[in-house]
Formats: sequence, structure tokens, C-alpha cells
Amino acid sequence: MKKQVTLFTEYTKGVWDQNPVFKQVLGMCPALAVTVSAMNGIAMALATTFVLTFSSLIISLIRKVIPTQVRIASFILIIATFVTIVDLVMRAQFPALSKELGPYIPLIVVNCLILGRQEAFSSKNTPGRAVLDSLGMGTGFLIALGSLGGIREILGSRTFLGLQVMPNAFDPWLVMILPAGAFLSLGLMMGFLNHMNLRKKDREERELVARHLQEPKMSLEHGEEVKSWS
Amino acid sequence: MKIILSMLATLSVIGIVSGGGLAMVSSWADPLIAANKKAATEQAIFQVQTAAKDYKKMESVEYELYKVFDESGNAVGYALPWEGNGFQGKIRIMIGLSADASTITAIEILEQVETPGLGTKIAEDPFRGQFEGLPADPQVDWVKGAPPTKENEVQTITGATISSKAIVAIVNDGISQLRSDLASGEDMAQGGAQ
Repeated sequence: MKKQVTLFTEYTKGVWDQNPVFKQVLGMCPALAVTVSAMNGIAMALATTFVLTFSSLIISLIRKVIPTQVRIASFILIIATFVTIVDLVMRAQFPALSKELGPYIPLIVVNCLILGRQEAFSSKNTPGRAVLDSLGMGTGFLIALGSLGGIREILGSRTFLGLQVMPNAFDPWLVMILPAGAFLSLGLMMGFLNHMNLRKKDREERELVARHLQEPKMSLEHGEEVKSWS
Repeated sequence: MKIILSMLATLSVIGIVSGGGLAMVSSWADPLIAANKKAATEQAIFQVQTAAKDYKKMESVEYELYKVFDESGNAVGYALPWEGNGFQGKIRIMIGLSADASTITAIEILEQVETPGLGTKIAEDPFRGQFEGLPADPQVDWVKGAPPTKENEVQTITGATISSKAIVAIVNDGISQLRSDLASGEDMAQGGAQ
């Protein structure tokens, strides 16, 4: 039996440590396709979070009733229901946004982030934890899509959330709003974040070694810890 | 056997509950979606026919066609949604035409999936504005790399020649279809069969 983590960690792990886009590399299709502007990214992330949260809640509530053999089919049915609800509501209330996001709203059904969380988490945990986990993953997704969309919008069309932020003298980088720009920005962002992470780990490791070198009477436990860091 | 039954039961129950829920949401959303669609069409009609105050859908033709009237009820022309192939996919435009279908009042791009930054310029004024008050007699022609010299010419966009030519082709196609229908059916001149 794995150790239960605190409820707070249940939420925050999705925001950073297991960020769906930067760390788990899930949900790439919407992350790359709709992030031509910050608004599109945010809308997509909110729609995904809604679907993720409600399907997680329902699935963790009925997790003991679903026979293992048909669990994936049941998950897809439940997810598809919520996606259709989002699609209808968006088309009724936000026609402009819905036109912009186009086919990518129905495609949330097959977003591996959502199915992945159901299979890995909601189908094994209590409803409260499942909802917290989903909200955390949703927040992580929002941060990723919002920043990716923001960077592409600023460099590709000189605006941020529709407001001009770059001077007219700045020539917009057309490639940023083309598909290639999505791959370039995402790749560079992931590279940068991994580089920062490695540096942080490296520094921690060095500090640890330095501390142990200062204290010659180090215990065996600590020695093992040093090994596990490398 | 027991497992098969429980599998069937689970999926059926989920399906029925989902279906019921969606039917409820859909019965709320459908009228709103239809209203949005109508508002978008209406807006496009009034954008290509600035003098228009009222419009009526023509039922005598197989395609969508709107006859447009000014405030005193006189027919001022037509608004014709037409589509064709662009550079990457379908382009759908609203063409505004004078009452005798000889002059274009304006065009409006309704749907397009052209290259951002290049082909998407077809929806911007330097190109789109060229169609305002353009005589389409006998048809619209395009010129490349130089300002138009004849009345019925438009200049293509640098870097988006295919998209520009596609617009011209769609406009010509729509107008010639409308003209042939206007010539054959006299009842259309009376203001539609509705």
C-alpha cells in the first residue's frame, strides 16, 4: 500500500512536479494546435479542466461498480458526454471562441491527459482526491497552454490577449503562429525547464556532499541518500 | 455469464444516463446555436450591403441567396454566400451584388483556413476593399505585382497569389450562377417565390 500524500500535495503535484504538458508530455494535440493566442490556450485549458474534473468525479464515484473489462469504454462514454456538453455550451454562449477552437473541442474526448488521469488515478482513489488531482492537472495544463499561447501571440502577432504589447517596429515572426512555431516554442520551453531542474538538482547534490564532508561522522542512512541523488 | 451481464448493464446504464443528460443540454442549447448562426449570417449580409435594412431568403434557387431591401422596401441587390477551394481548404464568402448583378457592393470572408499571416490577408481591407463597388463586367480579373489598370481588376496579395486568385474565382463562379438563374427565372425579379 503506497503512502497517502497530503491533500495539498494531491493538488500541487499536477501544477508543477507532474505538469501534464512539460513533465508528462500529455495532451500534445491541443497544446500544439490551439495555442496561436493566449486566449485560445486559456479557453482550451478551461474546457479540458471542466471535462477532467467532472469525469474524474463521476468515475471515482462509480469506480467499484465498473467491471474491469469495460472500464475504458465506460471512461470514454463519460468523458464524451462532458465534452459534448462543453461543445454545446460553447457554441450557444461563446460562438466566436467556439469557431476559433473548431474541431479541437470535440477532440478533447481523445485527449490522453484525461483518459490517463482516469486510468491512473480516479479509478483507484476517493472522489475528493480525484477532484483535487484533476483540478491540479487542469491548473498545470492552464499554465502550460496559457504561457505557450502567450509567447506565440506576442512574437507572432505582437499582441497579448488581444492588446498590442510589441511596437509596430517589431516585425511579427510569422513562424510562431504556424504549426512549426508551436513545436519550436514548446521544445525550447521544455528544454529550458529541464535545464533549470537539472541545475537545481545538481546544486542540491553538491550542497549535500559538502555538508557530509564537513561532518565526518555521517550515518549509513545519509550515505544511501547521497547515492540515490546521483 | 455474470460478468457479461454486469458489463452489459454498466455500459447500458452509463449510455442511457449520458444520452438523457445530453438531450437536456441539447434542448437548451439548440435554439441558441440556431440564433447565433442566424445572427452571423445577418451581420454578414448587412456588411456587404450597407444600404440594406431588410432581407429575404430566396426559395426559388437551390443554393442560399438573400434578396436585400432598403428602408423603403426597394430591392437594392443580393447577398450571395458562395464557397470554393482556397490554398488549404474551403473558403466561404458572402458576395454583395447590385440589383442587376453587374456590380459587387462588397465581399466578406465567412470561413477560411489559409496560411496565417499570408493567405489570411484576403480578409483584410487592402485586398477585400478592392471589391467594394467593383464592376464585375463581364467578370472580375486579377493582376499580379502591379496596380490594376482596368475597372474590373483586383491586385493579388504578394505571397498569397493562390488565395487571392481563389477569391476571384469564387466570386466569378457565384456571380455567373446567379446571373444565369436571373436570366432564366423571371419570378426572381419580382422578389422571390416565397
